[in-house]
Amino acid sequence: MASNVAGRRSARSRAGALIGGFARSRELTLLAVLLVLAALVAIEAPNFLSSNNVVSVTSLAAIIAIAAVGEALVILTKNIDLSVESTMGLVAFVVAVLLKQQNVPMPVAWALGIGLGMALGMVNGIIITVFRVPSIVATLGTLSIFRGLTYLVANGHEINANDLPAGYTNAASQTFFDIPLFVILAVAVVAVAGLALRYTVFGRQLYAVGSNAEAAATIGIRSRTTVFLAFALGGMLAGVAGVLWGIQFGQLYASSASGQSLAIIAAVVVGGVSIAGGSGTVMGAAIGALFLGLIANALNVLLLPQEWLQMIYGAVILFAVSTDAIIQRRTQLAKARSRIR
Amino acid sequence: MTEGVPVAAGERPEAASAPPPVALAGVSKRFAATQALADVSLDLLPGEIHGLVGENGAGKSTIVKLLAGIYQPDSGSVVLDGKPVLLHGPAHARSLGIAVVHQEPRLFPDLTVAENVFIGHSPSGRFGALDWREMRRAADEIFASLSVHLDSSAVVRGLSMADQQLIEIAKALSVEARVLVLDEPTASLSAHEVERLFDIVRQTRDRGVAVLFVSHRLEEVFELCDRATVLRDGRHIVTAPTAQLTAADLVRHMVGRSVSLFPRTAAKIGDVLLDVRNLTRLGAFRDISFSVRAGEIVGLAGLVGAGRTEVARVLFGLDRADAGQVLLDGKRVSFKSPSAALGAGIAYVPEDRHLDGLVSGFSIAENVTLPILPRLFPRLFTRRSRERSLAAGYSERLRIRSTGVDELVEALSGGNQQKVVIAKWLATNPRVLILDEPTRGVDIGAKVEVHRIISDLAAAGLGIILISSELPEVLAMSDRIIVLHEGVMSAEIPRAEASEERVMFAATGQFAEGPSSGE
Amino acid sequence: MTNEQPAAARPQDTTPVSAEASVVTAGRSGNPISWVRRLLSAAARWETLLLAILAVVVYEGMQISPYFLQLDFWNSPNFGASVSGTMEVAIMALAMTPIIITGDIDLSVESMVGLSGAVLGVLWVAGLPLVVVIPIVLGVGVLGGLFNGLMVTRLGLPALVVTLGTLALYRGLANAVLGTSYVSNFPSELTTFGFGYVPGTAVPWTLLAFLILAVVFTAVMHLTWLGRQVFAVGKNKDAARYSGVRVASLRTALFAVSGLVAAFAGIVLASRYNSVRADNGTGLTLTVVLIVVLGGVDINGGKGTIPGVILAVFTLAALQSALRLAGVSSEYQNVAIGLLLIFSVITPQIARQFRVLVDRVRSGRHRPVRDPVPGEVVR
Repeated sequence: MASNVAGRRSARSRAGALIGGFARSRELTLLAVLLVLAALVAIEAPNFLSSNNVVSVTSLAAIIAIAAVGEALVILTKNIDLSVESTMGLVAFVVAVLLKQQNVPMPVAWALGIGLGMALGMVNGIIITVFRVPSIVATLGTLSIFRGLTYLVANGHEINANDLPAGYTNAASQTFFDIPLFVILAVAVVAVAGLALRYTVFGRQLYAVGSNAEAAATIGIRSRTTVFLAFALGGMLAGVAGVLWGIQFGQLYASSASGQSLAIIAAVVVGGVSIAGGSGTVMGAAIGALFLGLIANALNVLLLPQEWLQMIYGAVILFAVSTDAIIQRRTQLAKARSRIR
Repeated sequence: MTEGVPVAAGERPEAASAPPPVALAGVSKRFAATQALADVSLDLLPGEIHGLVGENGAGKSTIVKLLAGIYQPDSGSVVLDGKPVLLHGPAHARSLGIAVVHQEPRLFPDLTVAENVFIGHSPSGRFGALDWREMRRAADEIFASLSVHLDSSAVVRGLSMADQQLIEIAKALSVEARVLVLDEPTASLSAHEVERLFDIVRQTRDRGVAVLFVSHRLEEVFELCDRATVLRDGRHIVTAPTAQLTAADLVRHMVGRSVSLFPRTAAKIGDVLLDVRNLTRLGAFRDISFSVRAGEIVGLAGLVGAGRTEVARVLFGLDRADAGQVLLDGKRVSFKSPSAALGAGIAYVPEDRHLDGLVSGFSIAENVTLPILPRLFPRLFTRRSRERSLAAGYSERLRIRSTGVDELVEALSGGNQQKVVIAKWLATNPRVLILDEPTRGVDIGAKVEVHRIISDLAAAGLGIILISSELPEVLAMSDRIIVLHEGVMSAEIPRAEASEERVMFAATGQFAEGPSSGE
Repeated sequence: MTNEQPAAARPQDTTPVSAEASVVTAGRSGNPISWVRRLLSAAARWETLLLAILAVVVYEGMQISPYFLQLDFWNSPNFGASVSGTMEVAIMALAMTPIIITGDIDLSVESMVGLSGAVLGVLWVAGLPLVVVIPIVLGVGVLGGLFNGLMVTRLGLPALVVTLGTLALYRGLANAVLGTSYVSNFPSELTTFGFGYVPGTAVPWTLLAFLILAVVFTAVMHLTWLGRQVFAVGKNKDAARYSGVRVASLRTALFAVSGLVAAFAGIVLASRYNSVRADNGTGLTLTVVLIVVLGGVDINGGKGTIPGVILAVFTLAALQSALRLAGVSSEYQNVAIGLLLIFSVITPQIARQFRVLVDRVRSGRHRPVRDPVPGEVVR
């Protein structure tokens, strides 16, 4: 009989958790807001749903989403990577140079680019974990160092689509069953990263280190190794994003991808990953990227001034984090009050 | 594992045949000025619950931390199956089968209850992936065996201390341990939860696990333990089967310690300074009423988590009350911040001097003047000489041992740091001084001095609220003792009628009396 | 039993107490050794090291070009020109220092430079006189800073996220105010301030403004109790709060000051360029934080000096000038700046670990040292 009661109780709590979870889940809320917004824009400007527009919006959002997944790994450990845009820029440029000047086969060039991204992430990781430089300072430094390296490689030149193998940028507009290739890639990255975070020991260690580093140490988790790996993987995904960036735009400057760090971190934060570490999902980060991409495109198709974009980004970040803070405060208060004896 | 050996409850197994699974052999441990442990030896036998008792500071926690691998002994060693081992860290100790429930939960606030229970040894299924369902099921099973209703898929952030403590216990029970160490596990549990926990501990013992149960609640030791060891001032005093001991014996061994209490000098009791009426803060305490007169020391006793510090926090403007009033000199006050409370003449010496009391990196003088800077230097610019002479005055009055008032506070011993904290609050010239565990972690000499200071301050006409977990201290210092139990006043005992037993009974809620007995 | 105990213990405990009292009085009077020690510790200070670096860079600069130290604040890539070219950054670094000392950070300053410039331009174009425009611009700065501060202290959000948000928000507002256009042809009062000299001297007005602010910040941070409270908050927020320091108000006020100073820096930049665009100041936050960290301020809060930051301003200017004279282009200078930023944090970190090691060996005392965990970074 006791087990029966317990069973009923857990069934009810499971249903309750499902409803509460929907209301509380940032991913679902954001997705709902995103769909409503998309519907409104589509009513206002029908060409929003044209296949060209859809492919270009989602492909760009997919690139940012992949970088945002990498950034989320880092932010989960209670660190931050401001250098991600420079990593992307350097990787994109180096891949293009390899293709143009060295005639390296495309897959090899791409692999090298991804490897370069990982190496740059490891540089960040070493500065942060070995020399114990706070990540905000370290990556503020590498933000300009990696960018400077790009200028060094570019040496005053830019790379045009003509310099690249014929049809190089076609991949960006390619679709399978009407789904853009980049979107498929991003979904794959989110799936792999999401499953790894949830179902592997390493994934849980990322959360543990970000949630309570001291407690993590007492159960034998090596925080420094974990943080280092987060930066390495984050760099690798920034490398992937950099390769795709090159394919998407075809035309590359030494300043390519400048200013994207803000968009990427904004996507992560809007997606519900706590900047204080330990909570959030990569799925949220990816939806956040799509959401911000949609806003940018909406301004475009609605013929609103592009200058509003940054303002909206800023407002969205602040709105997301402050509602989080208020909700969290409320629930904690409620939990405390429910404890009245 | 010695799981094959059946052991009847309460019976001491024959230890001669095999070495004990875990023992301490002549361990000593020193921290700066304090000898925390001196040559302590202890056997933990399979199928036995071993009680470890002693007053605060007797060395119980140090033993727990040695077994947990957090500290390494200066001399002597931890012995596993007769072989001395060096425990490299908590993870190492755990891998050797030593499960420890710490007094303060160390959980991951963002992770779920189930994951907190199993982190480090989570169940995995196909392809080595974590099996969340199994994790939840196993966690639910443990909680069910404890008769605890906790949603194992909720995140830990925001859970009460008691719930977090239960998670810690579940965590220890989730591993096949050969030694289970419980450090004051009942401090924040309800009576019902305690009973369940004891059943579980007994079951664990009957499976052949060696249990070390650390507590300062004697009745629990007698109820649960087969043998008990008394520590005093870091020394091993006695180990004996509980059947051969009486409560009086244990108390005699415990209090035989060289705790020295500065005798209270009589002060002239004046008018009521502070009057607290039906003060309530939801989730912390309710209906607290008492008054403090000039020259009076009011002791606030109770177990950890009874709500003593919470009352002090409201009086000092750190938290807000939900109901009730506070009157200062007959006028109703409600402080929105500590600075407002300080301005009105209330000062609070916080429980944790490292976290809340001192600014490390600041000198003695800088710490002492911090609360009164605007008052001391109305023209904004600070003057070193003024500051130093003021601090030097307090340094002399409180006999702070240092190389001078420019010495950084982190270089001082615990007792002298505490005196700096007190000096800091005295400098605000308060009328009501709240002292929260003022002698915790200070050496004996300094303790006497702190008592002398408190006594002098009362004689000088301050109203003093003394929060302390050390019964002898409260008894010796207080004119009146207010006892809290689970957030409710369970007794108000005048000095003449106070005894350790009476306070302890009220603190454990075994019977309630006094003006506002709620339960 | 409680009655017997104190009586028995009393004699043995009161004796050592009086013995200690004499130790106390002996130790307190100033002794000559402490002066020597203080001198030595001053020599080992970060500021001293910076001064040495500055000297080396100036020497190298003179090797590269004889014009390095020529007293000309404009028109040539020498030290003086480099100094006057960093004034807006230098001014913002002064206000950033107390914020970083309390353990916060303000990433939004570069956008406030853009926003204040945009407001300045729009109001000037609308025909308002400068005496009206400038207070309004400064007011915008205060409001922006207050918003940052209130978001941080009232909602308990990390300063990093809030100011990352306003970094975008204020830049977006600048865009909205000014669009893609630009305003120039400011009146001569403003341009004189931007690149004129104090009459009868060779000191540019902007340098004078920086020096005045530098003196004010030094005085407030190191000679007044307000500064003391800032350090107390940075070293231990809880203890400061328990000591009656109005921690939230203080932090909010520092953000407001930072906003005000950033708006002023926006005016400086506008007057120096004699034009404003919505993207004025883009990327300056990096340099501001660099100067503060290079000046020896601990990014985790609690430690640092304004004189150190002032020295860092000149060191950086000298370095930039030397690099420019050596023909290094501005893109590569950014690499040098980034490297400098990282090394200026690594060096004291290594020195600290070394000192801990030495202390431990020397005293043989076992003090439980909490290992700093990587990740205690984002606030």
